[in-house]
Amino acid sequence: MSARATAAVPSPDVWRASQARRRWSGWLFYGLAVVSTMMGLVMLGALLFDIFTDGARQVDWHFLSNYPSRIADNAGLRSALLGSLWMLAFTAIIAFPLGVGAAIYLEEYAPDNWLTRFIQLNIANLAGVPSIVYGLLGLGLFVRWLALGRVVLAGSMTMALLILPLIIVASREAIRAVPDSLREGSYALGATRWQMVRQTVLPSAAGGILTGTILALARAIGETAPLITIGALTYVAFDPNGPLDIFTVLPIQIFNWVSLPQKEFHSLAAGGIVVLLVVLLTANSLAVYLRYRMQRRLQ
Amino acid sequence: MSAISRRRVLRAAGFGSLAAAGAAVLAACGETQVVEKVVTQTVEVEKIVEKEVPVEKIVEKVVTKEVIVEVTPPAGPISGTILIDGSSTVGPISQAVAEEFQKQFGDVRVPVGISGTGGGFKKFCAEETDVSDASRFIKSSEQELCDENGIGYIELPVAIDGIAVVVNKQNDWIGDSITAEELKTMWAPEAEGQVMNWSDVRQGLPDQPLLLYGPGTDSGTYDYFTKAINGEEGASRGDFTPSEDDNVLVQGVSGDAGAVGFFGLAYYEQNAEILKALQIDGGDGPVFPTTENILTGKYSPLSRVIFIYVSTVAAERPEVQTFVEFYLKNAPNLVGQIGYVPMPAEMYDIALERFASRKTGTVTALEGVNASPNSVLEAWKAGA
Repeated sequence: MSARATAAVPSPDVWRASQARRRWSGWLFYGLAVVSTMMGLVMLGALLFDIFTDGARQVDWHFLSNYPSRIADNAGLRSALLGSLWMLAFTAIIAFPLGVGAAIYLEEYAPDNWLTRFIQLNIANLAGVPSIVYGLLGLGLFVRWLALGRVVLAGSMTMALLILPLIIVASREAIRAVPDSLREGSYALGATRWQMVRQTVLPSAAGGILTGTILALARAIGETAPLITIGALTYVAFDPNGPLDIFTVLPIQIFNWVSLPQKEFHSLAAGGIVVLLVVLLTANSLAVYLRYRMQRRLQ
Repeated sequence: MSAISRRRVLRAAGFGSLAAAGAAVLAACGETQVVEKVVTQTVEVEKIVEKEVPVEKIVEKVVTKEVIVEVTPPAGPISGTILIDGSSTVGPISQAVAEEFQKQFGDVRVPVGISGTGGGFKKFCAEETDVSDASRFIKSSEQELCDENGIGYIELPVAIDGIAVVVNKQNDWIGDSITAEELKTMWAPEAEGQVMNWSDVRQGLPDQPLLLYGPGTDSGTYDYFTKAINGEEGASRGDFTPSEDDNVLVQGVSGDAGAVGFFGLAYYEQNAEILKALQIDGGDGPVFPTTENILTGKYSPLSRVIFIYVSTVAAERPEVQTFVEFYLKNAPNLVGQIGYVPMPAEMYDIALERFASRKTGTVTALEGVNASPNSVLEAWKAGA
C-alpha cells in the first residue's frame, strides 16, 4: 500500500507540467464551447440581418392589409395572415384541452400498468413523427373521410394532432414538477382528487403548461408541409370568415412568392418572413412573460 | 390665433373629419372668412404631401384598369366560390384572372391552388374543383377517371408557353445555338454516365465538364421536354440536378461555367442579365425564343399550348360562366404581363364559342404534348 502511494505521488516538476496541460485543455474546452455558442448566434444574426435589410421596408400597413397580386407593388399578405390566425385559434381551442387533459390523466389518475406505459411510449414516439405524415393523416381523416374539405377546421385539426404530443409532454413535465407535499396538503384538508388537481396542481403547473402550449403553437404557425398536403391553397384573395372557409397561411404565401421568377416578389417573401418572425417572437415572449408571472404568483 | 386654429385643423384632418375641422375653426376664432379659407387650403396641400403615392403605382393601376374587358353576368348579381387547381405553369395566369375578376365581382371567391397538372386532374375528376389548369392535354387514364365519376369537361386553350434552354454567361464555346439532336445527346437516358463533357456533345468543343439542371420529374415542363427532345415522356438521364423551384435552376446555371438547364421562358426573361438563352435548331435553322417565334411556331419543338378545363357540372353555374368568359376575354392582355405568349386573337373567339356551345371532350387523341403550337391550334380550329 505504501509502495503504491509513493508511486502515485509525482515529483513537483511532473505535477506542474501536468497541471499546465490540464489547465490548457480546460481553456481549450472553454474556447470550443464559446465558439459553438457563437456559431449559432452569428448564423442567426446573419440570417436576421439579411432578412430584415431586404424585408423590413416591405412591411407596412399596405402590405398587411392588401391581398396578394400579380403586381408586386400592390401585393400584400392579408388573406395569409388572417388564415394563419384563424388556424392558430382553432388549433389552440382543440389541442389545449385535449393535451392538458391527457397530461392530467397520465400524471394524476392513470395506474402504473403496461397500458399506461404503452400510451406514454407512443406519445413520446409521436412527437418525433415527421410533420408531412400528419398532413397525410389529416388529408385522409378530416378532408376526405369527415368530408370537411380543404378548410380552416381541417387544417386546425391536423395541426392539433401534430402538436398534441408536444403539449402533453410539456404539461406532464410541469405537473410532475409540482411537489407532492402540496398534493398531500390538499388531501389533508379533505379535498377530493379532482379538487386537489383543480385547486393545487393546475395553478402550480400553469406556467409550465402555458409555456409548452405556446411554444407548440409557435411551431404550428411555421409549419408548411402538412398544410400543403391537406391542400391549403396558394392564391386566396378574400378573407376567411370562419372555420369552414378555404384558406391559405403565411408560410405557403412566402413559399409561393419565393418560387415566382420576378425579383420584387422575393423581397415580398422576405417581408412575409419578417411578419412571420414577429408573430413567432410575440408568441415566445408571451410564453416567457406568462411563466415569469405564474412563478412569481406561486412564491 | 390663426396658428393655433391651423394646428387644430391639421389634427382634425388627420382623423379624416373635415367637417369637424371647419366647426373647430369657426368656434375657436371668430376671424374673417379669408383666413379660414387659407387655412383649409393649407390642409389640402399637407394631406396630399403626406400620402406620397408613388407615380409608377398610379400609372400601373390606370394601365391595368384600362386593359380589363368587363363582362356582364347572364342574369343578375353573382356570388359563390369557384375552385381552381392544377399546373404551376398555368397557375399564375389563373391567379391574375382571378385577381381582376374579384375586383369586379366582390361576392365571388376564386381561390387558385397549385398541385401540378396531374394532381389538378385528380381533384377535378373527383369533383373537388370546378376548373383545372393544365400544361398538357388530358391523358386517357385521367379521362377514364372523369367518366367514372360522370364529370364532363370543356377544353379551352389560354396561352402559349416556351421552354428556354440556358447556359452560363461565360459559356462562349457553344456559340449561340444548339440543335435538338445535340439536346437529345445530352439528355437521353443513354447519356447517363457517358456524356459528361461538352466535347461529348459536339465535335470541337472544349473538355469542360457538363452539368445539367432541369425541373423535377413531377412537373409538366419535364414531361414536355423529355417527350419533345427524347421522344418519350419521362425518359431522360437520371444524373442531373432537379428542382421543383425554377429559381434554384437559375442559381445553379448562373453559378457554374459548364452548366446547362431548361425551364419556362418567364424565368429566363426575368434573369436575362445573368443567363444566356440558346437558339434552338429543330431542323430549320436556329431560332431564338422570342414572342413572335413562339407564336408563329418557328421556335420548335420547345413551345406548347396551355389549357384550362372547365367541368360541365360547374359550367351550369352563372358565376362560373361569367368567370370563364372573363378569363378568355382578358387572357390576351394578362398573359403577356406575366411572361407568356398570347394566342392569335381568333383562337380566343373560337374558345369562347366552344364554351358557349358547351362542347365537351378533347380535340386531339394526343396522349401528351409533342406537337408544335401551330399544329395543336390547327387541330383545335378543326375540332372546335
